[in-house]
Amino acid sequence: MAKIELSFYPGCSSQKGATSSNYLVSAQTMCEELDITLNEIPDWNCCGASIGYGGGGELPRLTLSARNIALSEEHNAGQEIVSPCAACWLNTREAKERLNEDEKMMQDANTALAEGGLRFKGEVNVRHMVEVLVEDIGFDAIKDKVKKPLEGLKIAGYVGCQTNRPFGIAGESFENPQYLDKIVEAVGADSIPTFEKKVQCCGGALAFSEPEKSQEMIHGIIEAAYDNGADMIVTPCPLCQANVEIYQDQINETYGTKFDMPVVYYSTLMSVAFGRNATDAALNGHIIKAKKLEEIASK
Amino acid sequence: MSTNSQKYRNSFLKEVEANVEEGEWVKMCMQCGVCAGSCPLGKHWDHPPQEIFMMIRAGKREEVLSSDSMWMCTSCYNCIARCPRGLPITHIMHGLAVYSKRLGLMPDNQPTAEFGQIFWDNLMKKGRVNELKMGLSMYFKDGFSQGVKNAMANQKLGQNMMKAKRMNAMEIMGGHGVKSPGDLAKIIKKAQEIEDGNIQDFS
Ligand code: SF4
Ligand code: SF4
Repeated sequence: MAKIELSFYPGCSSQKGATSSNYLVSAQTMCEELDITLNEIPDWNCCGASIGYGGGGELPRLTLSARNIALSEEHNAGQEIVSPCAACWLNTREAKERLNEDEKMMQDANTALAEGGLRFKGEVNVRHMVEVLVEDIGFDAIKDKVKKPLEGLKIAGYVGCQTNRPFGIAGESFENPQYLDKIVEAVGADSIPTFEKKVQCCGGALAFSEPEKSQEMIHGIIEAAYDNGADMIVTPCPLCQANVEIYQDQINETYGTKFDMPVVYYSTLMSVAFGRNATDAALNGHIIKAKKLEEIASK
Repeated sequence: MSTNSQKYRNSFLKEVEANVEEGEWVKMCMQCGVCAGSCPLGKHWDHPPQEIFMMIRAGKREEVLSSDSMWMCTSCYNCIARCPRGLPITHIMHGLAVYSKRLGLMPDNQPTAEFGQIFWDNLMKKGRVNELKMGLSMYFKDGFSQGVKNAMANQKLGQNMMKAKRMNAMEIMGGHGVKSPGDLAKIIKKAQEIEDGNIQDFS
């Protein structure tokens, strides 16, 4: 496999002690195994997530992402930007496209960036980690790397919203994307193509501001996973992961259910299947333990 | 002005086109209702997107800008993916929300509006989000005793997160950030000034 070098934008929630710090650990393990080098963008800032609009206007928001792109173009010249986070990828890619389409907006953003001695060129591709896996690595190469197939595990592929829309993964349908199921199969587990909530919204930031409304949707996602016989849920999105995992206690109280469904990342699955231990796969970072994965990892 | 170039379009539509993010798309809506049927929060909206667009065209300025509906958008982009006319609905919703806020017309105590501001202030302090402080600000936004109640109600969740090392009490001391938050603040302040300067007066 050819070595791949990428300019890496991890995002706030991936930082040490933050909600998806375990995503970063498992993604790094996965990339080591796949010979992908992640060069972090020096001094990157928050992308504004999906709720940034509530405090900052259009240009301030686009400028936040333009700053990250400018830093990447300066320090990691020639490398594509990749992010493991749905919102980070969406905002960064959107900023790049919007500024390139609109000359005035580009000028305005650069006038603002000049205050910090930066300049946005907008020549670099912005991709999601999953795109690199699907397009540059491929399912067969993933399969070839598997040392401990995740045999007998039934895994519901929960793609969520923003990894799937508005950009989505090239060649995949917005309504029924298949790549996550294919990754599940590539690591030797059983996918659940009939999991009907695979692109259902988890509530995003409204999990915080409107918990009842959001938890009603999360309830539906977990319920569908159980009804389809899933042992666990896998997702590419840090916010989906957090929302679907951490509120299960509260949902059980509201709905009288006994949910105890592990929710892991594709990078967790790959790290274990590629033969790495539970710590490298960041299985210790879960509130609901993925016991079956822990067993395979310790074999 | 010759009579042929006389413009009859109502001024609220013009206002939205000029001042709301992607507002120039509103007139392209053909009222098919696909967006309303696709929205996961749809049942909680007083007015689904296509109704909002119709109301804008009908000049219902107060009613649109004081609506709670656009704050219900989770940014799931389902409407954008499905709209047969390609309207950037999500962006228009966000744009209407901030515009109503700019004019002081948004509903009082709208929780997502409050969270949006808390989030933005939090990220602007250091350039990166401090999840712990953000959570606490959200819990305590309605005063101290409500804050204690909220924190107690979510105590187990917090403990679980700490145990999994996905929440760090030390964040309260400082936390992650960019090297010079002052420079970032200058950049964003400039961007905000430029944006404010682009707003047209319709009052
Ligand atoms: S889907 Fe598009 S065209 Fe149809 S009602 Fe909604 S905004 Fe209008
Ligand atoms: S992006 Fe907003 S308006 Fe559109 S479907 Fe999702 S929640 Fe509804």
